[in-house]
Amino acid sequence: MQSWVPFIPDSASTFSWKVDAVYFYLSGVTLFFTLLISAVLVFFVLRYRRRSPYEIPRPIAGSHKLETLWSVIPFVIAMTIFGWSAKVYFEQYSAPQNAMEVYVVGKQWMWKIQHSTGQREINELHVPVGKKIKLIMTTEDVIHDFFVPAFRMKADVVPGKYTTQWFEATKTGTYHLFCAEYCGMNHSGMIGSVVVMESREFDNWLSGNIANTTPAVAGQQLYQTLGCVSCHGANGEGGRGPTLAGLFGRQVQLAGGQSVPANEEYIRESILNPQAKLVDGFGPIMPTFQGQISEDQLVQLLAFIKSLQVQNPQQSAPAASPAPSRATTGPTPQPNSK
Amino acid sequence: MKEFEAFDLPTPSRINYINAQYGLKSWLLTKDHKRIALLYLASITFFFFLGGLYAMMIRLELLTPQGDLLQSTTYNKVFTQHGILMVFFFLIPSIPATLGNFLVPMMIGAKDLAFPRINLLSWYVYMLGGLITIYALLAGGVDTGWTFYTPFSTTFSNSYVVAAGLGIFINGFSSILTGLNFIVTIHTMRAPGMTWFRLPLFIWAHYATSLVMILGTPVIAITILLLAFERVSRVGIFDPALGGDPILFQHLFWFYSHPAVYIMILPSMGVISELIANFSRKNIFGYKFVAFSSLAIAVFGFLVWGHHMFVTSQSIYAGMIFSFLSFAVAIPSAVKVFNWTATLYKSSISYDTPMLYALGFIGLFTIGGMTGLFLASLATDVHLTDTYFVVAHFHYIMVGGALMGYLGGLHYWWPKISGRMYPEGWGRFSALVIFVGFNLTFLPQFVAGYMGMPRRYHAYPPEFQVFNVLSSAGASILGFGMLIPAIYFVWSMRYGRIAEGNPWHLPGLEWRSQSPPITENFDTTPVVTWEAYEFAPPEETEIVGKFAGELETAS
Repeated sequence: MQSWVPFIPDSASTFSWKVDAVYFYLSGVTLFFTLLISAVLVFFVLRYRRRSPYEIPRPIAGSHKLETLWSVIPFVIAMTIFGWSAKVYFEQYSAPQNAMEVYVVGKQWMWKIQHSTGQREINELHVPVGKKIKLIMTTEDVIHDFFVPAFRMKADVVPGKYTTQWFEATKTGTYHLFCAEYCGMNHSGMIGSVVVMESREFDNWLSGNIANTTPAVAGQQLYQTLGCVSCHGANGEGGRGPTLAGLFGRQVQLAGGQSVPANEEYIRESILNPQAKLVDGFGPIMPTFQGQISEDQLVQLLAFIKSLQVQNPQQSAPAASPAPSRATTGPTPQPNSK
Repeated sequence: MKEFEAFDLPTPSRINYINAQYGLKSWLLTKDHKRIALLYLASITFFFFLGGLYAMMIRLELLTPQGDLLQSTTYNKVFTQHGILMVFFFLIPSIPATLGNFLVPMMIGAKDLAFPRINLLSWYVYMLGGLITIYALLAGGVDTGWTFYTPFSTTFSNSYVVAAGLGIFINGFSSILTGLNFIVTIHTMRAPGMTWFRLPLFIWAHYATSLVMILGTPVIAITILLLAFERVSRVGIFDPALGGDPILFQHLFWFYSHPAVYIMILPSMGVISELIANFSRKNIFGYKFVAFSSLAIAVFGFLVWGHHMFVTSQSIYAGMIFSFLSFAVAIPSAVKVFNWTATLYKSSISYDTPMLYALGFIGLFTIGGMTGLFLASLATDVHLTDTYFVVAHFHYIMVGGALMGYLGGLHYWWPKISGRMYPEGWGRFSALVIFVGFNLTFLPQFVAGYMGMPRRYHAYPPEFQVFNVLSSAGASILGFGMLIPAIYFVWSMRYGRIAEGNPWHLPGLEWRSQSPPITENFDTTPVVTWEAYEFAPPEETEIVGKFAGELETAS
């Protein structure tokens, strides 16, 4: 897969050309200085070659003026690169609010992917073109890295936490997916592909693939079987434990006066290590679930908790799909569907 | 012309440091810094060729896209061991422990280093670390990458992580001892008249390197100890399953390992300053700036480790600060390149082998440094990190920079070290072969990296094959080029033309003793009355620029 520019990989996301632009600028600067230094070197080496074994050139003192000049010019150029590049980086890692969420779990040596509509894939990710996609990623074992060269995006997948990255594909096609962080024996086999499809094709793909229970619904079942329901209430309305409905994205007041945002990271920690951040007004009564549930199950619980909105008590279903952008086409989660 | 030969060189004595004593015991128990330098030279050469053998296995495997020559576990061990041997057992000790050990006392007019016994101890410590590491390789090898990232290294790898870690841990103390020795020697043992600003830039570079060695090395020692502790006793430090933080390991590891890059490159920059000045018979343009830039690089080198971690979930604001500091630390290096180049203006340039290496260094280091900006720059680093672009970049710094400086220095001081000349024609030929082979090996890797080829891949998609074939072809030329000096250096020890005390006709202190020097280096302690690189009397100094008041004068 090549783009029309030689030695540039295929460009298929909104970031591709932004990163390429910085890359071209850097390449230009590099080429300019390398050629400049080389040309001056070659010229001096030929011009001032030793003509007689006895010649001694006159010493030259340094010049602060020249040195200042050739410190300031590179510094200014460096700062233009820094500023431009930092701006693009900031966009790359600030996921938009309305992105469609996809869960990724790395595992030696495969990628397990679950859409919020329930479809699961291994080593393949199907996405619609022109939609913002946010990946919420973790791993069951060692550090991996989700790298799609055509999208110019890459982020480590770190055990014990969620990392995120987002992209918007601009061109349909099949692109390489690589694990870029060395992860053991079959590291170079931990590869796959990202398939970018037209919106309609993607919808066909979604309906053609049997959707398993959506993560939110699977999460609700776990919520029952693990007994969360007894303290947090059937709809997350709270009780002996804090309220979960409408929790995601809010600020949580902790015992001790601090407050933290209720993001993926916080919810994960509160399930695995509930004593780490106690909500103000609640005792340390929740058992730890460290080692009791898998990464996949954690992701499902997370999806369920995200789906819990503040609602009327008689409604008992997760009110909204966790992926707003697909809420209209994705199957609506049906509680207790069996 | 000033007659450098007229530096009342003493009538050469038949006794020198090499033949002063005979027998294995006289070498293994020596306290002479020059003999210890030779012990180091032999040892690091062994590790270099062992590491090179692994490099050849990597390049052979990558000739084809399929993983067909080695099994994936073997391949993983091969690149890990290539990295460990080259970084910890060749590059870090290379210039300081051989050329530095030999020349620091000679260049400042001292009889030996401040602590000769500690100097010998450092070699034994190095060898002990080396032997334990070799045990780890023979027992079954290590497959974690030289970076030992957790929790792979502490929980998932089934290889000899603790043994290899122990070898590196012990080896670190030899760096600390060498650094300590240099700092004390440079502070307290300079000959009368050898003021700080008369020191050759080689000494300034070693002073800066020594600071990094004693400040940085303890951190890697602690980190490896914690890693071994977690692996053996399952106490949670880095593995999240045990309650640890895997990113903490990366912070600790790079807090040493980024400055370690400066341990490798600063001494080489010192060598290049010597070569540029001496083979163009010109004082270094802006001596003080070049001297202080070494210190600046050493200090600011401790503040940029986070640029290895832009995609590891480190805060994006931390990423921005580390990116900014990384751009800032590039400036002193850039100015060094400009100053070296400016030194050549209106000079008298010889084309001897050491100068060829110095010129090659400037070109390759410029490419290595400039491509470092691609990785200091945040958006491009996201795409390029963990690809072959990174591999190419750091080889340009470590081979194109550090190794070229080492080889240039070894040729330059070989007559002093061995008392014999190396064959000049073969020297120039091999320098050219190495330069061509090196570029052919690593230039294609920049492209492969931007195209998206991840590093540490045993098998790869076929579209990357063309770059890998070029790279492997280059590596075979490079490997051949490296063999030539190995052969002729050994050959010259017996058959080389006998070198006089000052074969290059230079003013430096080390050339005012006989070749090879006597055990005490100088008959009488020299008194220094001249500036560094003083080829012509200071009154002949030409002034450039307008404001004479602003100028640094050579005197």
